[in-house]
Amino acid sequence: MLGEGIIQGLLETARNFFGSYVEKDRLVTVQYPEQRHPLPEASRNFPFLLYDGSEPEAGLRCVACQICEKECPPRCIHIEKSKDKKPDFVGKQQFYPAVFNIDVSVCMSCQICVEVCPFDAIRMDKVFELSTSNRFGGLLWTKRELAKSNEYYQKIHPTEAAECDDRREKELAEAQAKAAAAATAKAAQAAAATAGAGTSAASANGASGNGAGAKPAEVPAKTTVTP
Amino acid sequence: MSPLPAVEELKALIEAGVTGAAVAVVPNSSPSGQHSLLLDREHARAVAEFLRDHAELRLDYCSLVTGVDWLDRETTEKIKVKKVVEGPDGSQQETEVEETRKTKTPGYLEAVYHLFSMEKKHGPVILRLRTANRADDGHVPSLTPVWRSAEFQEREAFDLYGIVFDGHPDLRRILMWDGFVDYPMRKDYVPPADDALAGVHA
Amino acid sequence: MSVDEMVTLEAGPGEIMEVSMGPHHPSTHGVFRMDVRLEGERVVRLKPVFGYLHRNHEKIAEHGAYLSAIPYTDRLDYLCSMTNNWGYVLAVEKLAGIPVPERAEYIRVIVAELTRFQNHAGLVGFLLQDMGASGTPLMYAFREREKILDLFESLSGARMMCNYMRFGGVRVDCSAEWLEEVRQLIGRLPRFVDEFEALLRANEILMARTQGVGVLPRELAINAGVTGPMLRASGVNYDIRKVDKYGVYDRFEFQVPLGDHGDVYDRYMMRILEMRESVKILEQALRDISDGPIMDPKTRLRGLRPKAGEAYGRIESPKGELGFFLVSDGTMNPYRYRVRPPSMINLTILEDMCLGQNVADVVITLGSVDIVLGEVDR
Repeated sequence: MLGEGIIQGLLETARNFFGSYVEKDRLVTVQYPEQRHPLPEASRNFPFLLYDGSEPEAGLRCVACQICEKECPPRCIHIEKSKDKKPDFVGKQQFYPAVFNIDVSVCMSCQICVEVCPFDAIRMDKVFELSTSNRFGGLLWTKRELAKSNEYYQKIHPTEAAECDDRREKELAEAQAKAAAAATAKAAQAAAATAGAGTSAASANGASGNGAGAKPAEVPAKTTVTP
Repeated sequence: MSPLPAVEELKALIEAGVTGAAVAVVPNSSPSGQHSLLLDREHARAVAEFLRDHAELRLDYCSLVTGVDWLDRETTEKIKVKKVVEGPDGSQQETEVEETRKTKTPGYLEAVYHLFSMEKKHGPVILRLRTANRADDGHVPSLTPVWRSAEFQEREAFDLYGIVFDGHPDLRRILMWDGFVDYPMRKDYVPPADDALAGVHA
Repeated sequence: MSVDEMVTLEAGPGEIMEVSMGPHHPSTHGVFRMDVRLEGERVVRLKPVFGYLHRNHEKIAEHGAYLSAIPYTDRLDYLCSMTNNWGYVLAVEKLAGIPVPERAEYIRVIVAELTRFQNHAGLVGFLLQDMGASGTPLMYAFREREKILDLFESLSGARMMCNYMRFGGVRVDCSAEWLEEVRQLIGRLPRFVDEFEALLRANEILMARTQGVGVLPRELAINAGVTGPMLRASGVNYDIRKVDKYGVYDRFEFQVPLGDHGDVYDRYMMRILEMRESVKILEQALRDISDGPIMDPKTRLRGLRPKAGEAYGRIESPKGELGFFLVSDGTMNPYRYRVRPPSMINLTILEDMCLGQNVADVVITLGSVDIVLGEVDR
């Protein structure tokens, strides 16, 4: 019969219309922004830099190795290495980024910087409401905007953060065990030699801390990264 | 999937089937093992038709057409040359001197065709056509009359590499705009500065 | 231009009128333009014009390392990033001889078939929208597509730009909960396909609009290199999942739907039937997936240097044959990187399908080709 197909189709729309009152599967929209769907844990948006402790500058994990800068497909990361060094979480002397900028308007959220980072220093954030009225500076994030605490990371990516913390704890324990073994060996050596020469380990810590804080994060005029 | 003859056999088949065709095997050392056949420009069209209509091969489907740019190469090698050198005391001495010799290999543009058979469900057979050089003679015969699927892809190779496909029904730029002058996929292409582009569309 | 001036542009009997359809027209699915020459309502010439979205994807990839091309492939056919990833990593795996662990192959099949499902659902919704079924079918299709995108997000972190596969495996493992979610979802998907079919399959208006419209003959389809559901709607049994048996596709039982007429209706039905087959493959993949590694341990992602040579890898993407042709010169960057874009090559015969048809049929014929301009223009 002519028109049968149309009636069949209308029945289907009626089923969906009335179904949306009772079936969760048929009513999927929420009233954004008052209501929000929870984001899955794996969700990613733009990168941020992790720091340990409470001081963003001092605790920054980044050692300015510039691997992410080289690997970033759209080249939106710009890093300038520091002149001096500061100790990392195991006490090893490392450089730190004097300048670390990410042009978020160029970033394509691919997460490759996170994958290639050997120091667990860069991770993906979940925030997505980032509109700004400043077209050029507003989306150029410096070290100050990028630095987020480890607690924040634990909050947004709990599983991943727990794994990361475990790994770092292990590394720290290994480093400490190594240091302890070295210390005992040294002590034994010192005891054997009787003349105890003063350890020079303490001097290394003196140079840290400044440098990172001395230079306020400035926005350079141009952020394009030289290949 | 019926088995496809090896490239050497294909070469023999083509040379037997198309009189005068010169076919060379281009080996591929990568694990993919996809070797290709280099055709001469004069007989390329006839070879293509032969491959398409051959009862066993039936390569009725040309999947991919693309250009590859091979730059002029300069190879340097060190050779020992005997030279007559004047000694410090004024006498003539023959000594061996190491000399570097530079050989220039002219580059070329290459059109690569990947053929499959939808009927026999085998492939790929890879054909290559090379232009005489990169500068003034960038011509190869078009295979669009044999496989329609090459139409847009040959236009693209023309647009981005500057390979001129003789016999193509509608050889125009396809991705770049009509007034564009250079060939952006060539290896020696220098992109214009941002401010230079501002007036181009006007 | 005032209304009066527009009226004077109307062609009289026997006169030819040129219309530029697009690039800013909702029915062109993006920035696609057709220079159409009309005699009254009839199309006498049609030239597709594209390149408005051209960004030289291939050059960008040739400038970067092998790894950094993967997120760019997401942006080719931005509805199907998972299959784009797969096509590229398959080519790299062939080029460098990289093995892939079994679990990774299964995960790839699962995400690729989910991609196929959501692409076809979306396409069918858009096609019906082009025919004038404004909104309703599209919203139903997008409602289901959304659920699949949610799964992608919880797996890879992004809904559309997944950047999920890597040469030698996949980036992150999927949890048992995720697999359970997929299982539950695909339990519900057949009902959606049934309802969607009931909504319009027998609709008299749809049949009048689509049957016998935009016919693509079998021989022309083969010669013009048309692939994917469009080719199969013309009755050619050619599915790369069956022909090449890449990945673990030889382990699944599924059918390749074929059409007889090669018209818009067949192409529409092809998508509906392929959605059902995808569900079948998904069920089998979820049943057979086993534990194991997801990455080949020897593969270096960063700084991969394949030996000099070349490789062509291709997969059956939802749009057709998606191939990647790579030439390596032994360095960190591909010397030549070429995408075989199925939706661009499927456009070759757009003119042949549209000649003699009405203008309104051009819109649905184009809709049934299933193009994404990110891939056409690259």
